[in-house]
Amino acid sequence: MEATTPAESYTVASQRFVETNLVRKKLKAEQTAKWFCLGMVILMILPLVSLVTYVFIHATPSLNLEFFLEVPKKGMTQGGIWPALVGTVYLVLVALAISAPVGVMAAIYLNEYAKDNWFHRAINLAVINLAGVPSIVHALFGLGAFVYAAKFGYSIISASLTLAIMTMPVVITSTREALNAVPIAFREACWNTGATKWQTIRRIVMPNSISGILTGVILEVSRTAGETAPIMFTGAVFYKAVEKGDLFPYFLDEQCMALSMHLFAISTQVPNVAESMKFATAITLLGLVLAINATSITLRMWLRSRKKW
Amino acid sequence: MSGYKKVEVTDLRLSYENQEVIHGISFDIEQNEIFSIIGPAQSGKTSLLRCINRTIELSPGATVSGSIKVDGEEVRDIHNVYELRRRIGMVAPLPVGLPLSIYDNVAFAPRCSGLSSKSELDSLVERCLRQSALWDEVKDRLDTLGTKLSGGQQQRLTIARALSHQPEILCLDEFSIAIDPVTTMRIEDALKELRQEMTIILVTNLVQQARRLANRTMFFWEGKVVELDTNEVIFSDSPNDPRTYDYINGIFG
Repeated sequence: MEATTPAESYTVASQRFVETNLVRKKLKAEQTAKWFCLGMVILMILPLVSLVTYVFIHATPSLNLEFFLEVPKKGMTQGGIWPALVGTVYLVLVALAISAPVGVMAAIYLNEYAKDNWFHRAINLAVINLAGVPSIVHALFGLGAFVYAAKFGYSIISASLTLAIMTMPVVITSTREALNAVPIAFREACWNTGATKWQTIRRIVMPNSISGILTGVILEVSRTAGETAPIMFTGAVFYKAVEKGDLFPYFLDEQCMALSMHLFAISTQVPNVAESMKFATAITLLGLVLAINATSITLRMWLRSRKKW
Repeated sequence: MSGYKKVEVTDLRLSYENQEVIHGISFDIEQNEIFSIIGPAQSGKTSLLRCINRTIELSPGATVSGSIKVDGEEVRDIHNVYELRRRIGMVAPLPVGLPLSIYDNVAFAPRCSGLSSKSELDSLVERCLRQSALWDEVKDRLDTLGTKLSGGQQQRLTIARALSHQPEILCLDEFSIAIDPVTTMRIEDALKELRQEMTIILVTNLVQQARRLANRTMFFWEGKVVELDTNEVIFSDSPNDPRTYDYINGIFG
C-alpha cells in the first residue's frame, strides 16, 4: 500500500467509509473514556455502600423500637437514644425555621433588587467566602455572640442560631440558583406590563422556583444534623434526663442532647458501651439525614410535576 | 392621524457604560399613526423603545439624557413609573408566554393594577384575545398553559397581554421574526384595526412590513436618524438620503 498523508487518508475514509486508523483510534478512545468514567463511579459508590452495610450489620443487635424510644441508662451504657434523637430533630427544625426565611429573603434581595455596585459585590463575595468557614469557627462565634453577648445561655436557641448562621450562605447560594433558573424574559414581560418587581417575584418568579428553593434549603439544613462542634459549644449537653418517648422534652432555652454529640460521647468518653449501640446510634443519625433528604426529594418531584413550562 | 403629538423625543442620548449607542436623536410620533422604525441590527432600536417605557433603567450601566415626552409630560419626571408602563404596551421579538394559563396571561396586568371582578376580567380577556386575533383558536381552552401554544399563537398571546392594560401606545419590537408569514399577516390585519384606538410604534427589520403598514417610517442607523418621512417619500425612488434608497432596495444592510 502506498503511503498517504493524513489529509489524503481522511478524504478516502469519508468517501468510501473505510475504517482507517484514525476512525479505529477514535472509537477505541470513546470506549476507554466511557468505561474509565464508569469505573470512577463505582470507585465512588463502593466505600459508601460498604460503610453503610458495615455499620448496619454491626448495629442490628441493638436496633429495635425500644432502642429509639428508651432513655440512656446506667451511665449511658444501657438503654436507648430518645433524648438525643428528639434533640437533633429540635435543633434542625429550629435552625430551618430561622435560616429558611432569612436566607430566602436575602437571596431574593441580592438576586432581584440589588444593583451591581461595589457594596453588593462585597456582599456576594462575603456570602461565598462564609460558606467556606470551618464549623469550629462558627461554633466560637455562636458561643461569643449568642451564649454570652445575647445572653441566650447554653440552649437550643443558641445552638440553632449557630447552625442557621452556618448554613445561611449555602441557603442563599442555592436559592439564588433556583431564582436564576427562571428565565429573565418572564421578568421583562411582567415589567413591561407595569408590574412592580415584587408583583413579578410573587406571581411569576417564586411559584416557578419554589421547588428548587425548598429542596435546596431542606438539603442544606439537614446537613447540619450531623454537625458536632457548633452545638457542643452552644447548647448540646452530655446527658439530660427526660421521660421515655416524650415528644416535647425540651424548652428552647434549655440545653438538649443531640445524636452527633451522643455518638461522640459513647464512642470516646464512656467506657463499657456495647459496640452495637455505637453503630446503632450512627445508623440512626444516617437514617435521619436520609429521611429528611427523601422528604425533600419527594417534595421536589411533587412540585416539579406542577411546574408550568 | 390627528396631528396631535403623542410622543416627542428631543436630543435623546443613551450610553451603556462609556459607549454611546444613541447619538442625540429628535422626532415626534403623532397620535393614531403607525410609526415604523427600520434599520439594521445593533443600531439601537430596541434600546430606544426601552427608553420610552423606562425599562432601560433596569439595565445596569445605562444612562439616558435628553427628553422624551408622552402627552407633553416628561417621562423621566413621572413619579409612578408603573403607571407609565401600563400606558405603553410592549411586545418583544421572541414570544413570551408566561407560565400561567392563557386566561391568567392576559389577566396578569389588570390583576396587578388591582382589578379583581370576575365579569370585568372575563370581558377584558375576551376583548384582548379578539383584538390580537387569537380568540377563535383558544376560546375553548383558556385554562391551558400559555407556554404550550405554538410560537405564532404565543406571539399573539403576548400582544393580547400588551393590550390588556389598555395602552395608549403599542410598541412592537420585531414581532414577526419568530413566527410564520400567515400569522404575521393576521397580526398585521389586527394592527390596522388597532390603529383606530392607539398609536403604534413598529420596530421592524422587514422593510416591506414597514411599507405595508406604516404612515411614516424612520430609517435609524448606528444610533442616528438617517431619514424620517412619510412612506410615500421613504419608499419612493428618490428618498432624500441615498442611503435610505440603498437600504430599502437591499444594496446594503
